[in-house]
Amino acid sequence: MMVGGALSPGYRVARWGYLAFCVAAFVFLIAPILVLVPLSFNAEPYFTFTEGMLRLDPEAYSLRWYRSILDGDEWTRPLANSLIIGVSATVVATVLGAAAALGLAHPAMPGRKIVTALLISPMITPVIIAGVGMFFFYSSLGLAQTHVGIILAHAVFGAPFVVITVSATLAGFDWTVMRAAANLGANPLVAFRRVQLPLILPGVISGSLFAFAASFDELVIVLFMGGLEQRTLPRQMWSGIREEISPTILAVATFLIVFALLALSTVEWLRRRGAARA
Amino acid sequence: MGPRLRAAGLALPLVAFVSVTFLGPMVNLLTKSFYDPEVADALPETMSALRDWDGQGTPSDEAFAATAREFVAAREERTLGRTANRVNRVVSGMRSTIMGDSREMAEAAAVAEDAGVEMGGAFWRETMIGIDARWGGPEPWRALRAAGQRLTARHYLKALDFERAPDGGYQRAPEAWRIYVPLFWRTFLVSLGVTLLCLVIGYPVAHMIANSPPKRANVLLLLVLLPFWTSLLVRTTSWIVLLQNQGIVNDFLVAIGLIGDDGRIAMIYNMTGTFVAMTHVLLPFLVLPLYSVMRAIPPAYMNAAVSLGATPFQALRRVYWPQTLPGVGAGCLLTFILAIGYYITPALVGGQSGQLISNMIAYHVQTSLNWGLAAALAALLLGGVTLLYVVYDRLVGIDRIGLG
Repeated sequence: MMVGGALSPGYRVARWGYLAFCVAAFVFLIAPILVLVPLSFNAEPYFTFTEGMLRLDPEAYSLRWYRSILDGDEWTRPLANSLIIGVSATVVATVLGAAAALGLAHPAMPGRKIVTALLISPMITPVIIAGVGMFFFYSSLGLAQTHVGIILAHAVFGAPFVVITVSATLAGFDWTVMRAAANLGANPLVAFRRVQLPLILPGVISGSLFAFAASFDELVIVLFMGGLEQRTLPRQMWSGIREEISPTILAVATFLIVFALLALSTVEWLRRRGAARA
Repeated sequence: MGPRLRAAGLALPLVAFVSVTFLGPMVNLLTKSFYDPEVADALPETMSALRDWDGQGTPSDEAFAATAREFVAAREERTLGRTANRVNRVVSGMRSTIMGDSREMAEAAAVAEDAGVEMGGAFWRETMIGIDARWGGPEPWRALRAAGQRLTARHYLKALDFERAPDGGYQRAPEAWRIYVPLFWRTFLVSLGVTLLCLVIGYPVAHMIANSPPKRANVLLLLVLLPFWTSLLVRTTSWIVLLQNQGIVNDFLVAIGLIGDDGRIAMIYNMTGTFVAMTHVLLPFLVLPLYSVMRAIPPAYMNAAVSLGATPFQALRRVYWPQTLPGVGAGCLLTFILAIGYYITPALVGGQSGQLISNMIAYHVQTSLNWGLAAALAALLLGGVTLLYVVYDRLVGIDRIGLG
């Protein structure tokens, strides 16, 4: 507690306890992620630190697991699939989501609450239920085991992220500005491009990053609907973990951690910039 | 074009898209849980002949003839096995009855055709009862008729651990045979436990971030956001690496002599693994809403409480905690809802004892292929989650779900 003056011994014990507990909690959050990074440079096929690694012996470290990602198509094909599916789903989700957010933010939008609930629903339905439902439905349409089916499913999961982030940038938007632009002779498209687009752009970018990250990490839909041709990175990691776990997976994991760090930094940077301008 | 129409027109494409790609599947899933036309479509004449039967003794001669004709024909087309499986799910044992008896029925039909015997209802009644005396009683007929119902509650009854009673009604399965209700219960308890654990860990963490100077708060927030953004598979992998038998934690405990090399602790592929990994995955979902609520609480209240004579603990309990309740409620509900539908983590690190209801749903979709039951289980789970969302909506508003 940030309260001065009450420095009884009991309070000091509690304060130290609080600090120690928080440090332990942060270690719990971050250590499992960071521990994978040095292990991915292990020269031996073990999932634990060798004595050489602990002595910081350069011989004990190597890039062999990174090289083995590029050997054959065991990991490169899933990576390509993940990128194709992720980018396609993100484009669909971003275009539809941003348009919907613009509509929802307009004061004249009819039935806002129910439409919002409908649009958000894919994100808040337990993914196992959505996955089973989509699998049954898409199989009956012949879309199971196709890229298209998975892209559609990922797009509908990603769109709510875009709706939410774009809506946030439009909160408090003064719609009379749009009328003013129209009165000054701008057609709606010009008014949108010059007035609203710069405003919503950070939201569009963060939303699409969320949508891409969601697709890039999605596994339940892929497990139910994907065939051999649709193996994505998470799907390949799933097999890797279940069948025989090879240290290559640690190198892939490190790559995904770096990706998470980049995505996170971008979104935070956009958020701070938006907050600074507001 | 009016502003109303333009606004609606902008939202329409996504509304249509969500309706087709998401709402359609959900409606289809719910339909599958109570509508099952497969047996009715496979044996249409049998079903229509059984419609007027009172369920006592044996049905009419036409029913015998229709059943025999359809069994023999389906057997030839190799579709009978599928139908027999469906009937077997309603009354177990029917698969072998149908498959075994239909083989002899086909032979009898071939012999009768060669001999020029007319195969009417009376012929089939005698032949079928001769092949298997059970056809002379009501049980197999009741099973066929029950399996042929298009609109049915049987998937739900099964999902709630009811079984068919000998008289054709339903009764609760004996305790040892109950599968799904205990699993729902376990899922509920695990989700509750994980949520409480997240709250206990997350509350001080959120408090520390909210009360740190901006620079340090940003760094601490990063420590919460990085796990949030990191792939679920990566985090699950790291728990395997840490907790497995030859993993880092066990190695460490052996190295410092706390446990012997033969006394390594089983921390994964059981309920412990599910608990630890789920708590780690869901913790950010509780910390972030708590943090945004705590950040808005001015420190003046706590200071005022203390200068008015409250001990720090009293001030914490009576002044600070009540102000954080909206965040606690929202965070806990979100975490609980996410936990209750969890699939990947328990499947990878839960072993036998750490499986949850979602793993059972996946099993019926992918392995047992009992889609009706999978749909009913999913529908029950969906009902529970929807109920929680109604609560969430009352508490914070459904359109205010944030992204941290």
